[in-house]
Amino acid sequence: MGTPVLQLTDRGLYCAAGEFFVDPWRPVPRALITHGHADHARSGHGAYLATDIAAPVMRHRLGAITLDTIRYGEVRRIGAATVSFHPAGHVPGSAQIRVEVGGEVWVVSGDYKLGADGLSTPFEPVRCHTFISECTFGLPVYKWPDQAAVLAQITDWVAWAAEQGRTPVLGVYALGKAQRLLAGLGHLGPILTHGAVEATNAVMRDQGIALPPTIQVQRGLDLKPHRGRLVLAPPAALGTPWMRKLGPVSVGFASGWMRLRGVRRRRAADRGFVISDHADWDGLNAAIAATGAERVLVTHGYTTVFARWLAERGYDAGVLATEYVGEDADDSAPESGGESGGEGPGDGATSAGGPGTPDAAAEVEDDTPSAARGAAP
Amino acid sequence: MRGFAALFTALDGTTRTLPKVAALAEYFRTAPEDDRLWTIALLSGRRPRRAVSATRLREWAAERAGLPLWLFEEAYPVVGDLAETIALVLPPPTRRDDRSLTDWMAHLADLAGRDEDTRRVGVLAAWDGLEATERFVFNKLLTGGFRMGVSQGLMTRALAQATGREEAELAHRLMGDWTPATTTFRALVLEDDPAADLSRPYPFALAPQLEGGPDALGPPGDWLAEWKWDGIRAQLIRRGGAWHLWSRGEELITDRFPDLAPAAMALPDGTVIDGELMAWRDGAPLPFAALQRRIGRKSVPKSLLAEAPAALLAYDLLEWQGADLRAAPQDDRRAQLAQVATGPVIRLSPTVAFSDWDGLARARATARDHLAEGLMLKHRAAPYSAGRRKGAWWKWKLDPRTVDAVMIYAQAGHGRRAALYTDFTFAVWHEGALVPFTKAYSGLTDAEFRKITAWVRRNTLERFGPVRRVTPELVFEIAFEGIQASPRHKSGIALRFPRMARWRHDKPAAQADTLDSLRALLPPG
Ligand SMILES: [Zn+2]
Ligand SMILES: [Zn+2]
Repeated sequence: MGTPVLQLTDRGLYCAAGEFFVDPWRPVPRALITHGHADHARSGHGAYLATDIAAPVMRHRLGAITLDTIRYGEVRRIGAATVSFHPAGHVPGSAQIRVEVGGEVWVVSGDYKLGADGLSTPFEPVRCHTFISECTFGLPVYKWPDQAAVLAQITDWVAWAAEQGRTPVLGVYALGKAQRLLAGLGHLGPILTHGAVEATNAVMRDQGIALPPTIQVQRGLDLKPHRGRLVLAPPAALGTPWMRKLGPVSVGFASGWMRLRGVRRRRAADRGFVISDHADWDGLNAAIAATGAERVLVTHGYTTVFARWLAERGYDAGVLATEYVGEDADDSAPESGGESGGEGPGDGATSAGGPGTPDAAAEVEDDTPSAARGAAP
Repeated sequence: MRGFAALFTALDGTTRTLPKVAALAEYFRTAPEDDRLWTIALLSGRRPRRAVSATRLREWAAERAGLPLWLFEEAYPVVGDLAETIALVLPPPTRRDDRSLTDWMAHLADLAGRDEDTRRVGVLAAWDGLEATERFVFNKLLTGGFRMGVSQGLMTRALAQATGREEAELAHRLMGDWTPATTTFRALVLEDDPAADLSRPYPFALAPQLEGGPDALGPPGDWLAEWKWDGIRAQLIRRGGAWHLWSRGEELITDRFPDLAPAAMALPDGTVIDGELMAWRDGAPLPFAALQRRIGRKSVPKSLLAEAPAALLAYDLLEWQGADLRAAPQDDRRAQLAQVATGPVIRLSPTVAFSDWDGLARARATARDHLAEGLMLKHRAAPYSAGRRKGAWWKWKLDPRTVDAVMIYAQAGHGRRAALYTDFTFAVWHEGALVPFTKAYSGLTDAEFRKITAWVRRNTLERFGPVRRVTPELVFEIAFEGIQASPRHKSGIALRFPRMARWRHDKPAAQADTLDSLRALLPPG
């Protein structure tokens, strides 16, 4: 066998036949990007290719970049490789990237989930020989309840908080989770938002994605008539002076990690809601089976354990030591002050500097950049 | 079980006291009486014995979930709790089992006596009939490690709200050697039962730590100083022709201290003494480890009685000639105590004489020579009050000892620090490797925690759920109050009250302390 379709380099996953990288973490001439989260779409690349739906958020976050777009299912020839993008169901515009070279097909999943979230184009399995899968939640303790059940829990909590004279503040990631919840909670009437969430909302509305009405919590807004209304804020805003001006609150947090009681307690949130944009244990296993792949390479999360599980099930399984981080149990530090919008364009030019991507660039996002390289012992 | 699981969810879902008490009070008003009794028992640490070993539970859960055991074992440390791990991996229930808490407890007691096959069938059937939270609670009951984040004090307050009885009286009633099998909710909480009162201890008075020295306490003459002994706080009850010894954890430990019996029985009926159990030989205290050897065992061999004879250092007299003395001023109680605790076994804890605070500070500096942890300060006019009330008693412990250690794991904190890495595991050097020996999570400023958090993100080597293994690079001075040998720990030692005294920016990891230097601090014996 000659050169593999994709190989791991210190800059990211590289396709020699097409001379491009997929979601690279160091600057490269040509990058194919699965979706706009910070650990997948970094700044400093020469040319970008992403789906037309993912493009606006990437432009918003990365500023002036050379970005070409592609539709789901559209086939494009790059050098000796044939590539196409397929729905990953993770966030609006997120894609799995299919790369075919000389009849051999590899698929890079990016981040994905199987259940429809009412906003993102639902996941579609793509047949392949080798599947590079995330496994952020690759342990059998992670199983998600129905989205409808979780939305009902959130609705009950909002009513309860209002009864107690508290404003319910829900910690959510600014890109994806926030809009997904908005879309599912429109029946609550206008929802208040932190600037970081609202900035992403604005980008999506601009591109024609319908979201229920929101009101940004910003200087000059009279909060009195809104007491008891649901507020969506990035995790980093919880407990900051921004939140304190909301008066008495009940704090909730929405994430796959909320499945674990220990994490819920550490969060010191009043309520934890189990809702994730990543596949759960059953989802990972179902997705992998649906690809028909013989070889599965895993990234993000419990990689060693999940690869062993797959190997026992007869897959040729291995671990790819990437620098993606997945839905992190932490949030990042910046206190961006709700008014300013919270998300500046891009993690700046610092990414050229190597592993120490500064935390300030992490924004208020699930995909906190960090130098988790050379991990597994 | 549904009501009890709902109570658990309500208690678990908040860190605030008020809603916890409200949820409990509501439960104590509405649940079946037998379930209320069981709830009081569980919340006061009266746990039934384990019906099934943890090993079997893991095997059965993995089997039921269709997972290889190794995978279950990988998931367990991520979750951090066996009962929860099992609840999370099991497939959804196929039916609904609506038994009450009391019925479940009876069922568990029954299973405990059966052969393994019967137990396995019983446990699998239970899992299949309970929803997620009920399963978790059931597993907690099964494994015996039940805590609900509710102190006995909170529970008592809730019970007082629900029954309209005095909190202090209830606290007294709930003490003692009862189990749900030996009493009823009515008998324990509502009805008067003079016989049960005979063995009951009083709720202990506790002392908060005195921060920043005693200058703010006012005239030194208002205060009484004693050594703060490093033993086991206990209450000796001499009533109704018998004697009872209670630990502060409300365990009846009479049988473990037969060497106290003659002195205890020599006390007149109607006497209750609060004091500190110590191992005491040839007129001098022995290190805590000597006493600890006696606690672990139900019966004490003769050799141990000789090696580590016990004494009760009497602090206070709570009852005398059958009368409750707790409302009397400290000085009066002490004067009476001096007449009562006159022997070598039940011996008066001596006062430390001083005329000004400087003099007391000098005396405190010698505490370690007396094998004491520091001083106790008691206001001469104060009554004996239950719990940790500020103003009457203070403990003024010695400044801690320190060790320089390397941070190797980091975990996010709680509450307002949930966004920061504040919980760290520390290691010292031993034969060229870093050996973890303690965790610590307090002592630094928020600004320092923010810096460390940024550093942790950049220096993560490995993730285990919320825990990160980090480059062994940062050195911290760890302060602690005590150190003892501990075969259960990899390092062979255990610290008491470890915390971070400061971040040693000046020290590279290679210059952190060694395990040998820590071991040198171990008390002799
Ligand atoms: Zn993502
Ligand atoms: Zn990711």
